[in-house]
Amino acid sequence: MSSHDAILKLKDVAKSFTMHLRGGAQLPVVANVSFELDKGQCAVLGGPSGTGKSSILKMIYGNYRTDIGQIWLREESGWIDLAKAEPRRILALRESAIGYVSQFLRAIPRVSAFDLVVSAASEGGLDKAAAEQRAAQLLAHLNLPERLWSLPPATFSGGEQQRVNIARGFAGQHSLLLVDEPTASLDAASRARVLELISERRRNGTAILGIFHDDAVRREIADHVVDVTRFAAGVNG
Amino acid sequence: MTDAPLIQANGLTRYYGAHIGCLDVDLEVHEGEVLAIVGESGSGKSTLLSLLSTQLPPTRGEVSYRTRDGVSRDLLSLPEAERRFLFRTDWGFVHQDARAGLRMGVSAGGNVGERLMAVGWRHYGRIRDEATDWLARVEIKAERIDDSPKTFSGGMRQRLQIAKNMVTRPRLVFMDEPTGGLDVSVQARLLDLIRGLVSDYGLAAIVVTHDLAVARLLSHRIMVMRNGRVIETGLTDQVLDDPQEAYTQLLVSSILQS
Repeated sequence: MSSHDAILKLKDVAKSFTMHLRGGAQLPVVANVSFELDKGQCAVLGGPSGTGKSSILKMIYGNYRTDIGQIWLREESGWIDLAKAEPRRILALRESAIGYVSQFLRAIPRVSAFDLVVSAASEGGLDKAAAEQRAAQLLAHLNLPERLWSLPPATFSGGEQQRVNIARGFAGQHSLLLVDEPTASLDAASRARVLELISERRRNGTAILGIFHDDAVRREIADHVVDVTRFAAGVNG
Repeated sequence: MTDAPLIQANGLTRYYGAHIGCLDVDLEVHEGEVLAIVGESGSGKSTLLSLLSTQLPPTRGEVSYRTRDGVSRDLLSLPEAERRFLFRTDWGFVHQDARAGLRMGVSAGGNVGERLMAVGWRHYGRIRDEATDWLARVEIKAERIDDSPKTFSGGMRQRLQIAKNMVTRPRLVFMDEPTGGLDVSVQARLLDLIRGLVSDYGLAAIVVTHDLAVARLLSHRIMVMRNGRVIETGLTDQVLDDPQEAYTQLLVSSILQS
């Protein structure tokens, strides 16, 4: 049964790595991954480290290739299988439909924290003034000291970089947000701010698929937990 | 915006005697898209760039380019005069060695202004204003406009070369190791500048580099070449985060982690 509110459907997705530098060893990651997510829902991928939670997020975002199965995303013009979509299509969807907040910021030399967030907001379709307003609002909400805004984040602390990264992730208007431990290593106050952002986006219909190791956080925000250990790939699988 | 590619190659092949320079390469680049061609020395990436930019005739294969009138033209049968016109207007070519792209005996302003004169600009004051404007955009102070590039640092020369290319607002820029041979701090500044120009002007670019960090920062898609053949191609972050081929895995695993 498929809900008519579904925005994401994974069907029999499997992933393994072939390690050519290790004599072609096969490293199965997940198999038979099937689940779906509705608009405005928050699902958490559960299971111990190493079970393939991040790999599932990366296949949806397209920075890992999907070996087998389908990843259907609903967007304006209908359903699209991300597992087979052209690179150009994926890039366009990353601007409009699929956001990703990873744990680590890939800093760009010489681009200020503020401009990084503005550009993410502009990619989401806001005009310059609105994008700047959105960026300022997010950085302030996440308590990034204003004196840091004009500096490139390369020299920031881990927590400061993470907040810039979260601001970037929430700056767009994506209908699906993939979040990989966005609150790890944040203090309690910042963590609460991130959870507020998540709730706000859900109220606007954004679906969230995330990895959160903190049980309290998970209980607070998850509608359901997708147990990734169910998708363990057998060695011969 | 049309969905047709700006430049397209089919079966592009070049032999040097019996030696393969580049074999059966197919590619497409759309407006606003940056393609990185990566591989080691001798992989054929520079040969491919020369073939695409028609500086080298292929042994076989085709290259077509969509000119501003919206028509895709076979570049190999294009009359020499029209091809030169493309080079002066619609295309840029950024060489690794700025000396190959600049006239070292001509002032900085003259280097930029020359390209405008080649497309028919005649008014000295306007040419000088436009050149000053472009020098500023590549962060070269206006007071250096009459200086020879011989007095410039490597990074400044490279920025001047970019200004010279950009002044006619090309739609496609070929870059051959644009940051090669520069200090790391200078590279960062240049990459940032190129990134900005690409997004501000919706440029398409084909960038040859052996540096995967450059590819990661600048490109949307990557083609990995080895022994003249394309062995892997795809979204930049997918090829770098989840390389499929043994050789690509070796390249990626050889990057120093920062």
